[in-house]
Amino acid sequence: MRLLTIFSIIGCLFVFTNVPAIDTPMEFNDPATELRFKKLTEELRCLVCQNQSLADSHAGLAQDLRNEVYRMVIAGDSDKEIIAYMVSRYGDFVLYRPPVKNTTYLLWFGPFLMLLIAVIVIARVIRLRANDMAEEDNGQGNDPI
Amino acid sequence: MNRYFLPLALFVVLILLLAVGLRIDPKLVPSPLIDKPLPAFNLPKLKTPDDNIKSSDFQGDVVLLNVWASWCVACRAEHPLLLELSTNNEMLIYGINYKDTRTDAMQWLQHFGDPYRASAFDQHGLTGIDLGVYGVPETYIMDRAGIIRYKHIGPITREVLDNTILPLIEKLKASGT
Repeated sequence: MRLLTIFSIIGCLFVFTNVPAIDTPMEFNDPATELRFKKLTEELRCLVCQNQSLADSHAGLAQDLRNEVYRMVIAGDSDKEIIAYMVSRYGDFVLYRPPVKNTTYLLWFGPFLMLLIAVIVIARVIRLRANDMAEEDNGQGNDPI
Repeated sequence: MNRYFLPLALFVVLILLLAVGLRIDPKLVPSPLIDKPLPAFNLPKLKTPDDNIKSSDFQGDVVLLNVWASWCVACRAEHPLLLELSTNNEMLIYGINYKDTRTDAMQWLQHFGDPYRASAFDQHGLTGIDLGVYGVPETYIMDRAGIIRYKHIGPITREVLDNTILPLIEKLKASGT
């Protein structure tokens, strides 16, 4: 009984973590359109609270932009057109996955560069240690057993 | 000595990166509209709803367009500078009153002063979306051809006004076209 209570409390914690911030309910004619709307608003970043997507954000602007996306989805605009509409106004910044170009090379390839550096450093450390151990072995070579 | 060099070098690089990173304001998103024509809009005027302001009205003049709202606290901070600009420098300033109510906006202007030749009334913020507005106040400067040459996000400060905006306006006014 006690266990059940604890589990239901923990369960409650999870119920509200992933609720999208839809202030006014939006109606869709078919599930495919609704899914498209969801995907788009999760791909687009809210500019006011920059670590949230349009889908998550409660900011007034996010609500306005969600309405725009909704309007365009219902009007039958393609994903590409909707993304282009947002980018032409707010720049690549609205995209969680910005295009690969001069200004975003570091963003895209930086992590791999870091990985490369890390691998080089680790390789060096291992080699140095191996050398040290080899020297120690040499020094201890004539120890009596 | 040599074994301390690499960690020290890494430390210095890290400090430099942090020093640069902390100075960058992530709220400032570069606008894709710079050097592009002002997006077309046609909105009723705030004070006289029967009149309209069109984006094409600005052509032929160097114009400063300021997006403001009565609920926007930061707008109060920059307001004296706009008033100064409109009187001392005879700058043509237009406003877009963003997601506001007419009564609040007009009271606000009465209370704080009105530097605007006219304000457009963008009740639902749709023109704001077209302009890429994401935080009021925002300020745009257009050249005579109606091309956006500068955008400032957030309240204008004395520093920005003296070092960036005034020189730019001088330059744009001096160039013919």
